[in-house]
Parts: sequence; structure tokens; C-alpha cells
Amino acid sequence: MPNILKKIGIESQIDDFMDQVSESGLLCKSGVEAYLKGNCEAFDQALAAIRDAEHRGDMLRKTLENDLYAKTLIPESRGDVMELLESMDALLGRFNGLLWQFDIEKPQICQDLVEDFRELLQCSVEAVEATVRSCRAFFKDLNAVADHIHKVAYWEKESDKVSTRLQRAVFSRDDIRLSHKMHLRFFVKQIDRIADDAEDVTDRLNVYVIKRML
Amino acid sequence: MFAVFLTSGLFLGWSLGANDAANVFGTAVGTRMISFRRAAIICGIFVILGAVISGAGAAETLGDLGAVNAIAGAFVVALAAAITVYWLTVLGYPVSTTQAIVGAIIGWDLFSGALIDYAALVEIVASWVASPILAAIFSVILYKIIAGIVMRSGIHMFKLDALTRYGLIIAGIAGAYSLGANNIANVVGVFIPVSPFQDLNVFGLFKLTAAQQLFFIGAVAIAVGTFTYGKRVMLTVGEGIADLLPVAALVAVLANALVLFLFASQDLEGLLIRHGIPSIPLVPVSSSQAIVGSVLGIGLLKGGRAIRWRMVGGIVGAWAVTPIAAVIISFFSLFIVQNVFQQRTFTPVEYTLTAEAMQRIEQQGVSTAGFAELSGRSFPNAFSLDRELSAHMKKTGRERNVIMAATEVVNLRVTASQIQKIKGRWFTDGQIKAVEVLRGRTFTHNWLFDDALAALSPEWRLKDGQSAKEYNAELNRKLDYLHRLFR
Repeated sequence: MPNILKKIGIESQIDDFMDQVSESGLLCKSGVEAYLKGNCEAFDQALAAIRDAEHRGDMLRKTLENDLYAKTLIPESRGDVMELLESMDALLGRFNGLLWQFDIEKPQICQDLVEDFRELLQCSVEAVEATVRSCRAFFKDLNAVADHIHKVAYWEKESDKVSTRLQRAVFSRDDIRLSHKMHLRFFVKQIDRIADDAEDVTDRLNVYVIKRML
Repeated sequence: MFAVFLTSGLFLGWSLGANDAANVFGTAVGTRMISFRRAAIICGIFVILGAVISGAGAAETLGDLGAVNAIAGAFVVALAAAITVYWLTVLGYPVSTTQAIVGAIIGWDLFSGALIDYAALVEIVASWVASPILAAIFSVILYKIIAGIVMRSGIHMFKLDALTRYGLIIAGIAGAYSLGANNIANVVGVFIPVSPFQDLNVFGLFKLTAAQQLFFIGAVAIAVGTFTYGKRVMLTVGEGIADLLPVAALVAVLANALVLFLFASQDLEGLLIRHGIPSIPLVPVSSSQAIVGSVLGIGLLKGGRAIRWRMVGGIVGAWAVTPIAAVIISFFSLFIVQNVFQQRTFTPVEYTLTAEAMQRIEQQGVSTAGFAELSGRSFPNAFSLDRELSAHMKKTGRERNVIMAATEVVNLRVTASQIQKIKGRWFTDGQIKAVEVLRGRTFTHNWLFDDALAALSPEWRLKDGQSAKEYNAELNRKLDYLHRLFR
């Protein structure tokens, strides 16, 4: 019998996986920051790092899913945990995808909109951070999950506000063409969607918690 | 012929394994914490160990079926109990095998003219109420405590999963061991006197007594029963009554074990009495019924919405059907075996109101005035005597028992060859010496034999007081064994 007080392998893997999701948010933020400042080298580094983080996240998720089934762990919550891992992996994928879209499409962000873009991304990253914390709590302390979920909801609302403000600002301008406006709106939507997705994850997490409550 | 008789014991063992393993591993398998295959293997191994190692203590008591005084009768009674349990196992209901056996014995009582053991009937009915209620109360309390600790401890989901799994396995091992130790005598105990086995020395490492070999075979039957047909009842207990979380599955098993330990353990009662602590009154508790109560208790604590009441109704119905079906199957099977196969299913026991028996009744504080005119008369069976007595007087259950015990004609013959069988086991030297003094003598009544032994040695005398309860129970078991041996 392994030492029950020691962190067992799968616990470390879950922690590592959550670290990757959290890290991808920070990498995305620093990548976008570099893009906004026109620092190509830093942007490429962030792009490479987030690609690695996504790869590691994918590997960890697959290993975890494999272990959950092969070792028939947590039979009562196995489906929920698998769904949770996939949703979190999707969030990681969104950060990765966003950075790649910046790289491929190279949107021209008007100088007076830069601060709003930063703020929008900050809201999404904070929403995902709070989601990661709520997920960690789901595994260790069910009573604390609700507090983190509350914060996710807060950041999602903030993100909606900034997104609306930004879209109004974009479409009220006369100095750029409609195609440019639509391109900028696409990026606003992409960033805002991350916070929406984070909230969807926590909505489901809420149900998983109720199912596990003793 | 032994092999033929043994088949019904093995069938009973198989049915018991198929049904009662659910008491031990039902919630673990139902919540998918332990696979059925793993549960069946663990259960099988520890049932066999329990039966062979700890079941031996019960070898002399022959189990409940010892009440049946002819081997063909024991065969039929075991078969009737096995058919009853098998039928309810096919339907997926957890039922008490002991209650099926008691029901089948009552069928034999009716057929042979013996008196029905009303105390056993009362025990069964009491168990239907006491087992689930006590278990439900204990599971609610335990669940509250354990859930409180888990929710506050910040234990990781996977660590909790691992701990619960270990807990279920350990509880399962202990449960399987006691399942083997406590039930093996009921399965094959009655066949020990006709067993052809000799003590066996296994490679000079250890000795397997004849009884242990028989117990091993019976335990293998239980293990095979679990493996081949145990899943259905396990799933009824584990997921059919209510959806359980793994922690609740563990709580249910622990509550079941705790209720059996506190309210049905004679060992605990003896221990408390020895230390001058007031003992907890023993209550008839059935493990099969307690585990259902445990699961229900947790279901009710969660608001009761998750409980499948239709299934609960089916289970409660099955409990009531168990002894009734066993009585009917036993009675008709005995009729067929006695009249079609010409086998003697019971040894007639005569009751005679001899002068010394009448005196004995008076000594026991029961007045014989009401039936003095019956003095000297003989009756072909207990039923006839009871009917005649009822025509003459109103009697309490105790009075009836005193009269029956005093008038039962048994003709015990203390022979040298039978004395050999008691040497080196269970009996003290002083007790054996006293028996040897009686060699060659015969006794018309059991109590005459008991009195003769008590006169010869203080080690054969019952003691007074609450603290002697355990001692007297053990002494009565020994006397009961000798009564059967010398009959």
C-alpha cells in the first residue's frame, strides 16, 4: 500500500495539467502584449512556449484519461472529471489559437483601442485563472469551489462590458474601412469568448460539486 | 450415501455464497469501486479461510440443522432452505439464509410432530424490524461523522478514492472471513457425524481435522456461489436500492458490521460481563437485512428522493416470503422423501410422564396439579403431549419448555467408543473424567445425564449470576453435544 499521506501520481498530474492551463493564459497575455508593442521576437517566443504548453497539456490529459479508465479510479465522478479536463484543455486551446490568429492575421489595432484590448484580455485571463482555482478546489476542497466560481462570473461580466464598449468604439469610427472594423470585432469576440467558455466550465463544475457533496 | 447427503449442504453453501456475499461486497461492487471479479476472488479466499480456521469452533454445535435428528431429514431441510434462497437470489433479493434454514426446520417440526420453536419465529420477525432500523440509525450517524471529517479535511479526491477503496477491501475481507466462520456450521456442520474424512497431515506442516476438511468443501461451495451467481444480489444492494457515493458505500458496510458486533456478538457480551460493564442486550440481527437498512438510512439522510421504493418493497416482501416458503418446501419435500424414497427423515421422540419426570417438573417450579392424571402416560411426539396438556391446563412458554425437557425420552448410552471422540478437544480433563465414570450407563432423560455429571464434577455445574451467563451457555453447548453423541 503506498503511503497514503504522500501525494499520489495522479494528483501531481492533475496539478501539472492545471499549471499548463494557467500558464497558457499568462503566455497568451505576454504574447499579445509583445504584439501590441511590436516586439516580434518576444511574440515568437510566447508563441513557441504556448505551443509547448498545449502539447504538454494534451499529453497530460490523455495520460489522465487513460489512468482514470485503466485504473477504474473515481467511478462516481469519472465522466465529470473527463469532461472537466476536456473543457480545460479547450480553454488552453483557445489561448493557443488566439495567439496563432494574431500571428497569421496580424490585425491592425488602432492605437486608441490598445488599452481596451489589454483590459479585455486581462478579464479573460483572470476568468480562466479563477476557473483553474475552482477546478483545483473541486479536487481538494469542495466548499471553496463556490467562491472561485463567483469570481469567474465576475470576470466574465467585466469581459462582456469591455467587449461591448470596444465593439461600439470600433464601429463608431469613420477612419477605418468596414472590413477592418469586422476584423477587429472578430478578435474582440475571440478574446471575449474565452471568458464565456470559462464561465460555461464553471456552470458544469457547479453541478459536479452538487453530485459529489457528502 | 454421505456424498448424496452432502450435495444439499453444498447447494445450500452455493446459495449462501450467491446471496450473502452482497452483505459484504454489495455496496463496493454496486458503486464500481471494486470489480465484481476482484470482490468474488477476495470473498472466496477469505470465506474459505474463515470457515477452515475459525469455523472449527462451531464444529461441535452442528449448526442450526443439528435440531433435525435424522440425516435424511437434515438433507431435505438443507435442500429446502437452499431452494428458497436460490429462488430469491434469482430474483435478485438479499435475504437471510439463516431465516430460510429456521423456516425449513419449522417445516420439519410440523412434519415430525416436534414442537415449533416459537422463539425462533419471534426472532425472525424481530430481526425484520430491528436489523434495518438499527443499521439505518448507525449508518446515518456514521455518515454524518465521516462526511463531516471528509468535507473539512481538504483531502484530495483521488486520495479519498484510494482510502475508500482500501477501506472497502479491508471491510470486505473481515466480512468475508466472518461470513465463512459463522455460516459454515449451518452449511455442512450437520454432516460431520456421518463424514468419512480422517484427520489429514498436510506435508507435515499442519493438520487438517476431518471437520476442517468438510468445512473446506463447504466453503468452496460458498465461494463458487459468490463467483457464479453473486453479482445480481450485489447490484441490488449496491445500486438497486439507491445511488450511493463510494464513501456512503463504505459507511453502509461499516454500519452493518458495527450493528452485528454490538447487538449480535456473544463475544462482546462476554467481554463486557467479564469486566463488570453492563452488556448491550443481544438483539436478533441479520446481516442481509442490516445492509439494506444501512443503505436506506443514507438514502433517507439525503432526502429520500433517490430511494427506489419499489425495490425496497420487493426486498421486504422477500424477507417475509423466505421463512414461509422454506416451511412449505421443507414440509412437502419431507413428505416426498419419506413416502416415495422411503428414507427416514426423523427419529420419533417419545414423551413419557414418568414419576421422576413429574418430580423434576415440580423441582423446576412448575405445578403438576393440572395434569397429574396424565402421570405414567406416554406420547408418540411432542405435539401430542402438548395438545393433551393444553386440554388440561393453560401454560406459559417457559412451563411448556420445562415439561417437554423433563419428559423427553432419549435413552442415552455412554459408550467407550463415543467417549474417545471427546478426548483432546473442547472438554476439560475434569469434564472428561466425569463422563468416563458414567461409562456403560444409560439414561432415559437428558437431564438425568446432566444431573449425574453435575454430581460427579463441579466443572459440569451451572453457575449463578449474570457474570456466569457466558460460562453457562458454553456448558449447555457441551451438554447438548454429548446428548447428541450418546443418543
